[in-house]
Amino acid sequence: MNITCQVCSKAMATVHLTDLMGGEKQERHLCSECAEDEGVIMKPKAQLNEMLQKFVMQKSMAQELADLTCDQCGLSFVEFRRHGLLGCPHDYDAFKKALEPLIERSHEDSVQHVGKIPVRAGERVRARQTLARLKRELKQALQEEKYEKAAGLRDEIENLKPS
Amino acid sequence: MKIIDDIAKRTGAWLSGAGPMSDIVISSRIRLARNLTGFPFLTKSDSSQRNEIYRLLYDRVMHTDLGCKILFVDIEDAPDLDRQVLVERHLISRQHAEGEGSRGVAVSEQETLALMINEEDHLRIQVLGSGFLLEPLWEQIDKLDDILQQQLDFAFHEQYGFLTACPTNVGTGIRVSVMLHLPALKLAGELEKVSRAAKNMRLAVRGLHGEGTEATGDFYQISNQTTLGKSEKDIIAEFCTIVIPKIVDYERMARQALLKERTTALDDKIWRAYGTLEHARTLSTEETLYLLSHLRMGIHLGRLESIPLQTINDLFIKAQPAHLQKIRGMRLDGEERSVFRADYIRGRLAETN
Repeated sequence: MNITCQVCSKAMATVHLTDLMGGEKQERHLCSECAEDEGVIMKPKAQLNEMLQKFVMQKSMAQELADLTCDQCGLSFVEFRRHGLLGCPHDYDAFKKALEPLIERSHEDSVQHVGKIPVRAGERVRARQTLARLKRELKQALQEEKYEKAAGLRDEIENLKPS
Repeated sequence: MKIIDDIAKRTGAWLSGAGPMSDIVISSRIRLARNLTGFPFLTKSDSSQRNEIYRLLYDRVMHTDLGCKILFVDIEDAPDLDRQVLVERHLISRQHAEGEGSRGVAVSEQETLALMINEEDHLRIQVLGSGFLLEPLWEQIDKLDDILQQQLDFAFHEQYGFLTACPTNVGTGIRVSVMLHLPALKLAGELEKVSRAAKNMRLAVRGLHGEGTEATGDFYQISNQTTLGKSEKDIIAEFCTIVIPKIVDYERMARQALLKERTTALDDKIWRAYGTLEHARTLSTEETLYLLSHLRMGIHLGRLESIPLQTINDLFIKAQPAHLQKIRGMRLDGEERSVFRADYIRGRLAETN
């Protein structure tokens, strides 16, 4: 197949694509340079680099998690994973990065408390909770396509945000 | 201990067999997990910190007016058998009974309230009631928590809510459990469906004694697992409006179907259970639970009118190993217990004739 690139019309097309656009089959023929520009293919070199980078990142993330230790109670994240129990209230902040995905998984994707607040905790927490509740209601209203209700909620949320 | 001996003789208000939907809902329970600020959680507390937490909580709990008379049991000092009695009555967890270090439980006289000190969290507040009554129980425990908060600072995080030793309890720290008696669904082979539906709603289905126990005698405990991102009221509302009424209806339908379509088989089951309990010479805990379960269903379906429900409910508690030994006034090994259990139940049923 000897076709020139449809984009630059100069080089030989080496990348052949079949796209479905609006239900219609469309064939495209590009040279490797134009294909890279369009993000259809990746330079092999870049690919390798990125893979390596990802790998190193993952390694160092794992290392970072393994090294997490609470400076208040001395519990390490690894120890926590072994027993399932935290050592002190501060662990929730000290391990936040590693812990939050676990919390999310065991609480139906939620990471924000809704409900009772200690009597002495003050207004800030209360405002934050109201905001979280309104956002949740907004999401639900949108899902149920109740747009009028959603608009009202959006206004309420705007009003709550500190000006 | 005198307190435990007295407790072991009673039925406990939460097993009175009264309350809404009590033909199917045995009991309702709500507990809140709380930890004090300024202390590590218990896994990282040394024994002196543990003692300090214990003394502080004991002091506040015993010197605050909680609206009822409170008995206190030092679990660390209590004999094994006494701890076991408390477990059998659902006043403390197995973990609390078998744990180590200073720990205790404050129990209201009616046994509808129990505060465990130094279990997995510093404080676990629990309210119990007979039948299906989560809403009044929530009102009660909410108020209790408020009263205690006037005296104690509980660890609280702006984002995560009440902080607990195990992140699966964080947020509201609430566990809502309802104990259900589902013999007809079991006989109809429909329990798997109920169990699957509950699990899809992120609810745990467990046996008589909660975590890690098998369902025996057709008793199932359903409880929430999500504690973060939903308010206490929403969690309770899910139980009250969706989960429990549905299962209760389902069980009632299954009972009616049995009554209509398999009358003889049903009666046979009930009367065989009665006959066995009336005449057996040895009975294991598990067999007893199954037999009592059938009697209980028979009474609720009007097939068996000579035994008061109260007796059956009482026997559910008293036929357990530690209670039997308390009643007998001495330690009994497994075989001796089976013999004494059969004797005791024969005696109790004879009284009703």
